[in-house]
Amino acid sequence: MVKYLLKRLMLLIPTLLGAAVLVFFLLRLVPGDVCEIRLAGTGLYADPAEIALCRKDLGLDQPIMLQFFHFIWGYFTLDLGKSMWTGAPITHEISLRFHLSLQVAIMATTVAIVIAIPFGIISAVKQNTWIDYVVRAFSIAGIAMPSFWLGILIILGLLIGTQAVFGEPWMPPIEFKPIWEDPVWNLSQLIWPAVATGYRYSAVATRMTRSALLEVLREDYVRTARAKGLPEKIIINRHALKNALLPVVTIIAIEFAFLMGGLVVTEQVFNLNGLGRLFVESVGAQDFNMTQQLVMLVVLIFVITNFLVDIMYAWLDPRIRYS
Amino acid sequence: MSNAIAKLAVALAVGAGLALGAGSANAETPKYGGILKFVVPGKAPSYDGHIETTYAMVHRVRPFYSLLIRVNPDNPSDPSDFVCDLCVGDVPKPTEGGTKYTFQIQQGVKFHDGTPLTSADIKATYDKIIFPPEGVASARKSFFKAVESVTTPDDFTVVFKLKFPTGSFIPALATPFNFVYSKKDLDEHGYTWHKSHINGTGAFKFVEHQKGAFLEGVKNPDYHIKGRPYLDGFRAITSAKMALSIQAIRGDRASIEFRGFPPKARDDLVAALGDKITVQESDWNCVLLATPNHKKKPFDDARVRQALTLGLDRWSGSKYLSKIAIVKTVGGVVFPKHKFAATQEELEKLKGYGTDINASRAEAQKLLKEAGVPGLKFTLHNRGVDQPYKVVGTWMIDQWKKTGMDVDQQVNPTPVFYDVLRKKKTFDVSLDFNCQSVINPIADITKFLGSSGNNYGSYTDQPLEDIYNNILKSGDEAEQRRLIRDYETRALSDQAHLLISLWWYKINPYRSYVKGWKIAPSHYLNQHLDNVWLDQ
Repeated sequence: MVKYLLKRLMLLIPTLLGAAVLVFFLLRLVPGDVCEIRLAGTGLYADPAEIALCRKDLGLDQPIMLQFFHFIWGYFTLDLGKSMWTGAPITHEISLRFHLSLQVAIMATTVAIVIAIPFGIISAVKQNTWIDYVVRAFSIAGIAMPSFWLGILIILGLLIGTQAVFGEPWMPPIEFKPIWEDPVWNLSQLIWPAVATGYRYSAVATRMTRSALLEVLREDYVRTARAKGLPEKIIINRHALKNALLPVVTIIAIEFAFLMGGLVVTEQVFNLNGLGRLFVESVGAQDFNMTQQLVMLVVLIFVITNFLVDIMYAWLDPRIRYS
Repeated sequence: MSNAIAKLAVALAVGAGLALGAGSANAETPKYGGILKFVVPGKAPSYDGHIETTYAMVHRVRPFYSLLIRVNPDNPSDPSDFVCDLCVGDVPKPTEGGTKYTFQIQQGVKFHDGTPLTSADIKATYDKIIFPPEGVASARKSFFKAVESVTTPDDFTVVFKLKFPTGSFIPALATPFNFVYSKKDLDEHGYTWHKSHINGTGAFKFVEHQKGAFLEGVKNPDYHIKGRPYLDGFRAITSAKMALSIQAIRGDRASIEFRGFPPKARDDLVAALGDKITVQESDWNCVLLATPNHKKKPFDDARVRQALTLGLDRWSGSKYLSKIAIVKTVGGVVFPKHKFAATQEELEKLKGYGTDINASRAEAQKLLKEAGVPGLKFTLHNRGVDQPYKVVGTWMIDQWKKTGMDVDQQVNPTPVFYDVLRKKKTFDVSLDFNCQSVINPIADITKFLGSSGNNYGSYTDQPLEDIYNNILKSGDEAEQRRLIRDYETRALSDQAHLLISLWWYKINPYRSYVKGWKIAPSHYLNQHLDNVWLDQ
């Protein structure tokens, strides 16, 4: 088991290095210039000398390999650099937004698990009944509907609904307050994006739970358990579900990692100052420093999540543990 | 439905009444207190007005600073009405043949850190803007090319000495980016300190900025205008999406967005909230242009460029596009409401501004045939922003197709758009724009000069440069106006170097309890907030 974990841990290093090389050089291929956008983005004349000065300030006049060296060296000195747009330290910009994105990801994952696991089990156990059809229709709708669109519908529904009932339109807060500061405010803002993204997320997990459980329920050992006269509840909960959860755990973990940096549109719909919005703004402003550090953060989250999934696999499947 | 239309009509009438009859707002007694919440799309790169160019900075940071002079906050729609902010009395008239401006500075004004304001602060500020030391950026240095020196005969007098008389000096001085900084700050902290720190003499003091979320200011009790500001503070909330900003006003999470919304958003808000929404509208000192690339054939041929402008039915375009986009007014090179702007009669003499579109299109087809490119095929390069670029770009393509041209559109995200427009210059015809703050026609029309840094047509036109030099040298307004007509005719009609589509139109629907704010012809102006109050 220790050998297995060490092997997985060692694989992180080349993965992160490869990602760093790719993200750094691919970003440099994108046309555009942060200084042009900053100094002449509003159509004003920008003196070429001013643009050159801006590029010098940002270190963009240095040879590309030197810029790459500074980028990599930053990880050894724990200095991620500064945003090319705001000039603020990147660690500060990210830490401002990290807990919001983390909270939305946790809430959306909770919503997804609460919906997906029971619905997936019911759908598998009641295969080809009306209950199964309803669950499948619900989950297909979730996959088909983009979460940002659902988010827009939620906001409009709240505005129109509350105006019709109370006379004054109400919408969720557009400013973030941490849950320890004002839990009511916090939840009334974040519950809606959590539901919007959690629904789509649950739809994928529901279908995965259903198909994995159906497959396991056809296994010989389940037939044996039934032949022994074990109650159906024990067969499903103790013998079938644990094995069926392997692919479901993978899906949930990947989706969780995606939520940490991938809610680019949903965060804009609900005006969440999270990592996804920061990502979009950085790309739009050609803020290479910020963009590459955000990509690396997402890569790191994916890598760590996968590592945790590997550990969970070992816990769920003894064959991995004892191999 | 009919109820909604009735509400819309009533509210528009109320809003228009407020906007046009500005006196009604003045008639009310301002109330003190409250926090103004407004939404700002876009992020401010830094707090330093002297190096930034975006309204996203102005909307957030302008309330913390004062200017030497400013656009009259009670009459911001008049392009030539300037008043003292930190100076005393009226804006001074020039002496010594129009080359010397002497400003008396208000006494008793304090920076937020308690430092008293003197003429040395004004000099230090304008030295930084006009004569920055090597390695120090200044975005509007070129606005002050006429300035020879800034001197301070005493603690409360500042003298600007010009190399030659120019009508563009006072408007340049009133540019809302010219925040007055403390000399002490510049001396002690250097020229980059204001990028990340705020210490002004404005109506509000800085409290907190959570990047990407909000910026907060609190009332400055020592503000130099007695009895102002009315608000206890303000909160500028970052809202990246226009749709969200509109809903934020509808749901009263914010009271106003100062940049402006499209007509549909105005109509939706008014239909939903009736008289709880007030609308102010104004011509906007932004013009949407199309730039043919003179380095590419056949756009090096004036006949082809003339055909492009002749194909556009601006008068009907104004009628229909103004219902869906933030454009409206048909105009020439000068902001339409300015005394130097062309009248409709003068405009109709220009190619492409005639009212008989069939005749114009027939002429366009004839010109294309003469140039050897009947059925001209090209790509319109456009910016990936809906308002007004993609909407107007699509309209232009339709207009050109009606003239027998075969046009497709390449839409690029902003960084790529600028890269193609400014660096690669590989486009056939590109959309472009000219957005300025204070209306300053003599400076603004340089956009049409091939030698101008923000002209991307890649052409040289010495006769046009000569006309412009004559405009600069002329001290007589009537002569300047006549010369500007010559300039306009050559730039837009005879050579058709650039094509003007329509001038932008600013629409600000906001919560009716916000009082005192008056729309200006630019989203950069009148953002000091010292006259805004809440009727709550």
